Amino acid sequence: MTLKDKLISSYLLFEENVDMESDIHKHRDEAIKFFEETGFPTKKQEDWKYTSLKPILKQDYNFFPKKEDALDYKDVKKYFIHDIDTYTIVFVDGIFSSQLSNTTHELIDACLMSSALNKDKYKPVIDKYFNKAVPEDSMVSLNTAFTREGAYIRIPKNVAAEKPIQILNFSTGNEEALMVQPRNLIVLEEGSQVEIIERHQSLTENPVLTNVVSEVFVEKNAKLDYYKIQNDHTSASLIDNTFVKQDRDSVASVHTFSFGGKLTRNNLNFYQEGENINSILKGVTIIEGKQHVDHNTLVHHQQPNCQSYQDYKSIFSEKSVGVFNGKVLVDKIAQKTDGFQSNNNILIDDTATCNSKPQLEIFADDVKCSHGCTIGQLDKEALYYLQTRGIPHKEARALLMFAFANNVLSSVKIPEIKKRITKQIALKIGVELGFDS
Amino acid sequence: MLKIKNLHANVEGQEILNGIDLEINAGEVHAIMGPNGSGKSTLASVIAGNEDFEVTEGDIIFEKSNISELSPDERAHKGIFLSFQYPVEIPGVSVTNFVRTSINQVRKAQGLEAMPAKDMLKKIKEKSELLQIDRKFLSRSLNEGFSGGEKKRNEIFQMAMLEPKLAILDETDSGLDIDALRIVSDGVNNLRTDKNATLVITHYQRLLDYIVPDFVHVLLDGKIVKSGDKELAKVLEERGYDWIKEEQTARL
Repeated sequence: MTLKDKLISSYLLFEENVDMESDIHKHRDEAIKFFEETGFPTKKQEDWKYTSLKPILKQDYNFFPKKEDALDYKDVKKYFIHDIDTYTIVFVDGIFSSQLSNTTHELIDACLMSSALNKDKYKPVIDKYFNKAVPEDSMVSLNTAFTREGAYIRIPKNVAAEKPIQILNFSTGNEEALMVQPRNLIVLEEGSQVEIIERHQSLTENPVLTNVVSEVFVEKNAKLDYYKIQNDHTSASLIDNTFVKQDRDSVASVHTFSFGGKLTRNNLNFYQEGENINSILKGVTIIEGKQHVDHNTLVHHQQPNCQSYQDYKSIFSEKSVGVFNGKVLVDKIAQKTDGFQSNNNILIDDTATCNSKPQLEIFADDVKCSHGCTIGQLDKEALYYLQTRGIPHKEARALLMFAFANNVLSSVKIPEIKKRITKQIALKIGVELGFDS
Repeated sequence: MLKIKNLHANVEGQEILNGIDLEINAGEVHAIMGPNGSGKSTLASVIAGNEDFEVTEGDIIFEKSNISELSPDERAHKGIFLSFQYPVEIPGVSVTNFVRTSINQVRKAQGLEAMPAKDMLKKIKEKSELLQIDRKFLSRSLNEGFSGGEKKRNEIFQMAMLEPKLAILDETDSGLDIDALRIVSDGVNNLRTDKNATLVITHYQRLLDYIVPDFVHVLLDGKIVKSGDKELAKVLEERGYDWIKEEQTARL
């Protein structure tokens, strides 16, 4: 039985455990039908030309792990941003772990999708936002069909969340192979602010496939900073589908740090639905071995006077494969759009591969859109400069690679994250620096 | 300290240095002057070990060993420092992290332990004050968005941190206003001892009012055609280079 068939037949089993009378279930029913018609994406589709799901679809995944496995905080502490106070929403094999979490309903909601879907008081929010930011897409439909759990975050009007919120998804490896499909809903009401950190982490070498959907609504004048840390085992694959809808005068940034995993696909879409919006998409990717990272971005400028800024920097070595497919769409009405896109890649050796494809579709006539893409080597002049300061060739190369990647971090607002990622970059590249400055 | 014998160098097959002889002893300041395209910066690059230039003939002897075949970092480990005419911008590495890496790599090559963090900070503080460099400046990305003056001051700051035996200043005065010129020259003069030497490469005499040379050499078409003391620089400032060219032609 193919994974597709197995998923479709297990949908009936899934239905036994959810409320089939709810409004949400109509979404699920439609979604499973859509998935049944379309199936998994293949390389024949333009957006999936350089990324094949085939190798990860062969596994015999379990979709419904039996029990919550109690994890000790001390064993997973290193995956938390633990040096600062945060709210945390933690899932273990897709199931909420109250023991590891620190949720809240005071002032803001940082809690569970399962309760938001089932409790009446959340119904207006769910009705207004759930499934409203997603495009027609088979992986998204698959997630919608099996929607049951995930993070639910709502920041009310004019509230700035006093601490960042972490969403952590652990997989224990208790199942021989596990597929999880978390569904997150994040709503920033008018004038609100929040910082979010998301991480998916497997704790063993058993194969895991995560197909996560995050719908994010950034209302008028609200401000979001979203950090995604992807540094998993080479047996774990992640398909991250994140859709950000922005209203006028809002600012939203998503930083994606991809340092490991078998296959990582980031579908990141921004929809600008008002004027004077700023969208920031940044990414650092450093991978080696048989790893594959694919960034597939879309910024849809639908209103005048908005900005978007994309900066993706990647370093690939030893047979790893990178893909960047960045689409900027400017509607006819979206005059004075200022769109910037940059994708720079360094290939360390001949065995690494990188495919970079900028796509600009501009229907307005008074816009400023620029894009640049490079695949190359390090700057010779800079290498020479470092060498004249006594830094040997090998170390100079490492320092330049570090600088190349680290430069993306200038816009990271949480110092703890900046420090960690800087260290991680230094570690990956093998450069020793003092970090007390 | 430095002995250059019959040095020929070319870039992409074109000969730029055409038989240079130069000797610099500890405690001395030498100035190389010459019109544009005479090979001044090439000489600086070749001493520093820039691999874009090919040495076709001659030797560079530094402290009794031939360094012609050494890489730029190995030359830096021996105590040669080049202040760049156009310092390279490196976004993503702070001045502090860069200087720390640089010093510790030199120490490592000399078989020394890394400098303790406390000593490093103390030295950074001392040397940045010498060059009137603001602390905030040190956490900025190396040379990124620096003004011409800031870049040059940063070069001399690195020199102060590394304390080289031979410092080569390539057009250090270009892009400096008079105040910055004074700060930079005071910095250089402050670092002078009887154990180190300085080679100043400049187009104008102006810098030599501040960093007073013991010897002035005129470079023309890749050759030193005239040497003298600091008075020669003043004559050049007044009369330009044409009279030397004529002298040369007459001699031929």
